[in-house]
Amino acid sequence: MMTNPVGKITQGQFSFLPELTDAEISLQIEYGLKRGYAWSIEYTDDPHPRNTYWEMFGMPMFDLKDAAGVLLELDSCRKSFPQHYIRLMAFDSTRGVESIAMSFIVNRPDKEPGFALLREENRGRTQRYSLRNYATERPEGERS
Amino acid sequence: MAIEVRGGATVITDAKKRYKAGVLKYRQMGYWEPDYVPKATDTVCLFRITPQEGVDPVEAAAAVAGESSTATWTVVWTDRLTACDNYRAKAFKVEPVPNAPGQFFAWVAYDIILFEEGSIANMTASLIGNVFSFKPLKAARLEDIQIPVAYVKTFKGPPTGLIVERERLDKFGRPLLGATTKPKLGLSGRNYGRVVYEGLKGGLDFMKDDENINSQPFMHWRDRFLYVMEAVNKASAATGEVKGSYLNVTAATVEDMYERAEFAKELGSVIVMIDLVVGWSAIQSMSNWARRHDMILHMHRAGHGTYTRQKNHGVSFRVIAKWLRLAGVDHLHTGTAVGKLEGDPLTVQGYYNVCRDSYTRQDLPRGVFFDQDWADIRKVMPVASGGIHAGQMHQLLDLFGDDVVLQFGGGTIGHPAGIQAGAVANRVALEAMVKARNEGHDIRAEGLEILRKAARSCSPLQQALDTWGEISFNYTPTDASDYTPTAAVAH
Repeated sequence: MMTNPVGKITQGQFSFLPELTDAEISLQIEYGLKRGYAWSIEYTDDPHPRNTYWEMFGMPMFDLKDAAGVLLELDSCRKSFPQHYIRLMAFDSTRGVESIAMSFIVNRPDKEPGFALLREENRGRTQRYSLRNYATERPEGERS
Repeated sequence: MAIEVRGGATVITDAKKRYKAGVLKYRQMGYWEPDYVPKATDTVCLFRITPQEGVDPVEAAAAVAGESSTATWTVVWTDRLTACDNYRAKAFKVEPVPNAPGQFFAWVAYDIILFEEGSIANMTASLIGNVFSFKPLKAARLEDIQIPVAYVKTFKGPPTGLIVERERLDKFGRPLLGATTKPKLGLSGRNYGRVVYEGLKGGLDFMKDDENINSQPFMHWRDRFLYVMEAVNKASAATGEVKGSYLNVTAATVEDMYERAEFAKELGSVIVMIDLVVGWSAIQSMSNWARRHDMILHMHRAGHGTYTRQKNHGVSFRVIAKWLRLAGVDHLHTGTAVGKLEGDPLTVQGYYNVCRDSYTRQDLPRGVFFDQDWADIRKVMPVASGGIHAGQMHQLLDLFGDDVVLQFGGGTIGHPAGIQAGAVANRVALEAMVKARNEGHDIRAEGLEILRKAARSCSPLQQALDTWGEISFNYTPTDASDYTPTAAVAH
């Protein structure tokens, strides 16, 4: 259990709120679709803050204009990876943006052990810091 | 009260007469050209001028053009050694300011040859140099500026820009949250880091040094950096998020600033900050440094109020914001509209647009006089800081949208249940408001209800609303558009 005020990893737009219901997720998807974003689904069991490339659950859904379709894909991802972190991301291809416009977590493992802070003492009272994910001790293929 | 603006230049075309030793009127020397059409490569400035009693506004405008380009008070024959017509700025339009007797808007065009490539110092030395002390004017203010793409392209702009900043921080689709560590003076490094840790662990994305925290007797800069980075890394481990704290590297010399910035980089900080008072050349140097080292550069606009606030004299902040975007900063304090510091909401929105637009359109109610093509230069993340609290979240999100850092200093650290609780209150208020807006709620109308509902399952937010819910700063702004009545601050 993590010790921050909400007891979980707080990445994404809505981590401080109660977990979104599918109906609430659907409204967010519709908001993105109305603005012309493309939704995609990504999952991982290693939510290190510098782990940029979560696994893609299929391609970004550029041509899917229906929130129900995105939810179906999400459902399928949840069935395959019930104990992984899953996030929904909306991509905005507008010139000058060309980046992610929305991102929020829609599935979490039952237990979120969080990270250890590792320190290496250096000269002049400096320290080199790194984070170790408690959940990724074992090799990737052997984790549930 | 109609004041006739007399057009029609009486330029002396006979070169022998024109360059005869003596004194001529500015409008006779070629600084007033009512038929002039600015070229695509010209810089165009809009000045608000208040001529002394009896000074003709057209002559005053011509004098502004003259004194901000080539003119001196008397005719000099050495002009004839140059292509002098190119170097003369040209006043081409003068209009009375609506509802402001004695004040005039003067449009002045400058040829691209007048300014050194990529140098705000050079551009400002002309445009806001001698001309602002010129005796025939009681007062002058540079209201807005249109900078040609050809000149924009000589600047590298923000080293990171708000899009890449979000990618580095892994934070999308909501405003970022920050707080300035308080009290701003007197904390030891150890105590200071405590505030940073509590705020970040509680849910803020950033903490911030204040503008005047450098390296005073109570806290040496190295000490501050070490304790702050301990706090940042601990908070990152506790939350799984990228966190940052703006380490203020402002110092007596640029060499000192480089030394401090290098140390911040060595410790793994994602961001450093400087104050506007360091000056244009130092800003551009630090921007180059930040670009070389993948560092976000935060600009605290300390000092701007000395020349931006009074409407009749100085430089509008929208001009400063344009120059800073070119000079290359990633964050810029641009006002809150609803907080404790000066700012008419529409005028403040104008500053935000200048920071974030790809192409800014003329927008008189927001004080924006010119179209501005930003030529793909990166976007600056505006920062709203100063006397704001969770109870204003709906107003802030409605006014400024997602691309802004909302800084709640007192509104985090002053929370009755502690700093973490203060951070939680702000984060929950923010996420609830973004969620509601995306769901289609009218947050301006329903904002307080949305906050109260979120507070039912979040006691820190309830406490914040109980403590500050009624606090607002309703004073008449000094710097509102001349083209609309002052908008009332909604509460």
